[in-house]
Amino acid sequence: MDRVEEIKKRLKKAFVPVNLEIIDESRLHAGHEGAKSGGGHFAVTIVSSCFEDRTPLMRHRMVYEALGELMNRDIHALRINALTPEEL
Amino acid sequence: MNVQDKIKQQIASDKIVLYMKGTPQFPQCGFSAKSVELLKASGAEFSTVDVLADPDIRQGIKEYSNWPTIPQLYINGEFVGGCDILTELFQKGELQRMVAKTK
Repeated sequence: MDRVEEIKKRLKKAFVPVNLEIIDESRLHAGHEGAKSGGGHFAVTIVSSCFEDRTPLMRHRMVYEALGELMNRDIHALRINALTPEEL
Repeated sequence: MNVQDKIKQQIASDKIVLYMKGTPQFPQCGFSAKSVELLKASGAEFSTVDVLADPDIRQGIKEYSNWPTIPQLYINGEFVGGCDILTELFQKGELQRMVAKTK
């Protein structure tokens, strides 16, 4: 399955987001050291009421946890913008 | 009636009450969805309160339990925990025992 689709599927299941955007930035980093293993660079903007009362650190941990082994295998770098609907 | 009294009444209205985001049919957060699944898998009959429908309850329940996040499960009027705690209790078979005792 397409990596972006796989990320999307997992984040949807974990957070039921009202808004979810994933940008594959891998080509911007093609050829650099970290990209050699094949892991991609992605940017995620996710809006979910799940993030309410969670610090930025906790929100990032929640996202990493939802992505599970993708973080080691398919994702080399992830930019995360995790918001609640009220923060939009 | 103030919010805290309203919450007390809600918690007393059923043996098992889950405060969640959304409804069991349309949960608005994966943690709420998972909590519903765990309760169903434990054979529970339960009521739910959608905190997104009422900002006063949404804030008030956190003060009531002194717990910062939703979902929150109450069994026989006592706060049990959030999604992570339910998951742990379920894995140990403890949640199923707690549910069985309410019947």
